[in-house]
Amino acid sequence: MRSTDYLMILIFAAVMLTMPLWGPLIDAGYPDIMQRFAVFGLIAVGFNLLFGLTGYLSFGHAAFLGVGSYTAVWSFKLFTMDVIPAIIASTIMGGVVALILGFVALRRSGIYFSILTLAFAQMMYSLAYSVLTPLTNGETGLQLALDDPRIIDRAMGINPESGLPSTSFLGFGVTSGDNNLLGYWICAVIAILGFYIALRINRSSFGIMLRGIKSNQTRMSYTGLSARPYLITVFVISGMYAGLAGGLLAAVDPLAGAERMYWTASGEIVLMTILGGVGTMFGPILGAGIIKWLEAKLSTFNESVVEHALAFLPDSIEHSISVVVSKFVGEGWHLSLGIIFMLIVIFLPGGVMEGLQRLTRLVGFGKKHSQGDAAVRAPAE
Amino acid sequence: MSAILSVSGINKSFGGLKALNDVNLQVEENSIHAIIGPNGAGKSTFLNALIGRLIPDSGTATFLGKSLIGQQPQAINQMGVSRVFQTPEIFGELSLLENVMIPALAHADGAFKANWWTNLHDRKSVREAAERELHDVGLESKMYEIADNLSRGDKRRLELAMCLSQDPKLLLLDEPTAGMSRADTNEIIEVLKTIHAKGMTKVIIEHDMHVVFSLASRISCMAQGHVIEEGTPDEIRNSPKVREAYLGDEADEH
Repeated sequence: MRSTDYLMILIFAAVMLTMPLWGPLIDAGYPDIMQRFAVFGLIAVGFNLLFGLTGYLSFGHAAFLGVGSYTAVWSFKLFTMDVIPAIIASTIMGGVVALILGFVALRRSGIYFSILTLAFAQMMYSLAYSVLTPLTNGETGLQLALDDPRIIDRAMGINPESGLPSTSFLGFGVTSGDNNLLGYWICAVIAILGFYIALRINRSSFGIMLRGIKSNQTRMSYTGLSARPYLITVFVISGMYAGLAGGLLAAVDPLAGAERMYWTASGEIVLMTILGGVGTMFGPILGAGIIKWLEAKLSTFNESVVEHALAFLPDSIEHSISVVVSKFVGEGWHLSLGIIFMLIVIFLPGGVMEGLQRLTRLVGFGKKHSQGDAAVRAPAE
Repeated sequence: MSAILSVSGINKSFGGLKALNDVNLQVEENSIHAIIGPNGAGKSTFLNALIGRLIPDSGTATFLGKSLIGQQPQAINQMGVSRVFQTPEIFGELSLLENVMIPALAHADGAFKANWWTNLHDRKSVREAAERELHDVGLESKMYEIADNLSRGDKRRLELAMCLSQDPKLLLLDEPTAGMSRADTNEIIEVLKTIHAKGMTKVIIEHDMHVVFSLASRISCMAQGHVIEEGTPDEIRNSPKVREAYLGDEADEH
């Protein structure tokens, strides 16, 4: 690894670990949204390993996310409320499901691969509502119950005094208490580790083979390389990232529902990666942050908030503007997201990262440290 | 000298067209064997049958005692057969160094190795091999450029370096100098002569008789999917069959 790579990890780690300090500045200082930044950043990093390096566009990553969540909740129900076994199990399950799907879907490339993954994810979604209901608890979603076996916890005499137990990390409560940041620290540290591993893969000889596959698969085979095992390996790694992310979601909020596997959830992961910048290290994390921030902010706005913000305008104008604007917030926040996405894809095909690069070139021409500054500032957006 | 590649009775039809018609060929170890012939004679099709791109209807091709027919392209390459294509097959988005390191890694690590922890540039011996081959073809100074930005001639050189980095036992060259200036062509001839001194068997398809007669120790002439004549350069030059099928006026020019 080169020194710039270590710098990248340091920057990312610094940004993640100081988020409780700068989060409040963008109105995102509370654990729930910070956890989302970390978890969806992680899944986007894993997705980018597949899509960014090999160019294989998976539309089924939410399936691994869902499987990870279900696995984690089952681990809580059956064995222990500790999050460590839960996230290990969900990572493994994400990998196992990815191996099965990869074995089938990677027989095809391009649009056919995308369709196969999409079909698989939708099939998982439907199964969760039908034959798999004993495992998924159908529409209600999988939740903790008072009479869960929790074999290990009970054997060790750990039992909540009253009500449902909460998840714990080596005995410390993850979700208990107000503004408890432990859940965020777990997510942040794992996201940093995930980023580090992704960077290693990116710079490795395995990584260059994946980029070779994206560039020219004909040449790969006449160069004596089998593309398929490479693709399956990276698909499994990517699935493990998604499974781990699903496990983390369950660790900070122990319930799992099938809607996590719906195709829009897969689409969102694709969107994050493209919005931030496919193939870049920081881009997907940035995209995840932007989308999750917009979701948290815009979806909570309603007509009265808009009217309040526009109160300085004359009544007649205010009313007509707020009618239009309110369509783009609240439940309609996807409209805003769609517009932002279109603008980015049309004007900045390389995503936000390309925009930042252009900006630093424009503003800090000749300044040596402008690149680093951009990266530091970036995730704050 | 023994035959490193021995081909007999290869047939291939596309619909009603007989692209390869009972092709027989023996390539001696450490020789440069040229295949000439008019357009559509089946030269490239013949190479495709050797590297696993298409499966012939019948016939055998034995390389170092092992059959090439029905093998996967990557397996054939791992046996020591590399090919330079007529249109360069390179990794357009990657740097020249990376372009050459991929085949060098394939040579060092085999068809699949999930070495996802070691940094690419920490593979010293592979990197050195790649740099050496880039130097040999004269592209060392452009090592960090993106392959797509190269000129046509440079792309051919790059592909040659990629094949050479695998240290193949048999190198198949499909018109390695097509579309190149005379100066560039001469340079490629020099490169091929230099690597030939290291001992590497080559089969070369070429239209440019200047290249053929400067390099080849043995020449086969194909026409209509069939080898119509085989011999030393002098024999080919004086063969009435070849003259009739292909060389025509061109033979007099050289």
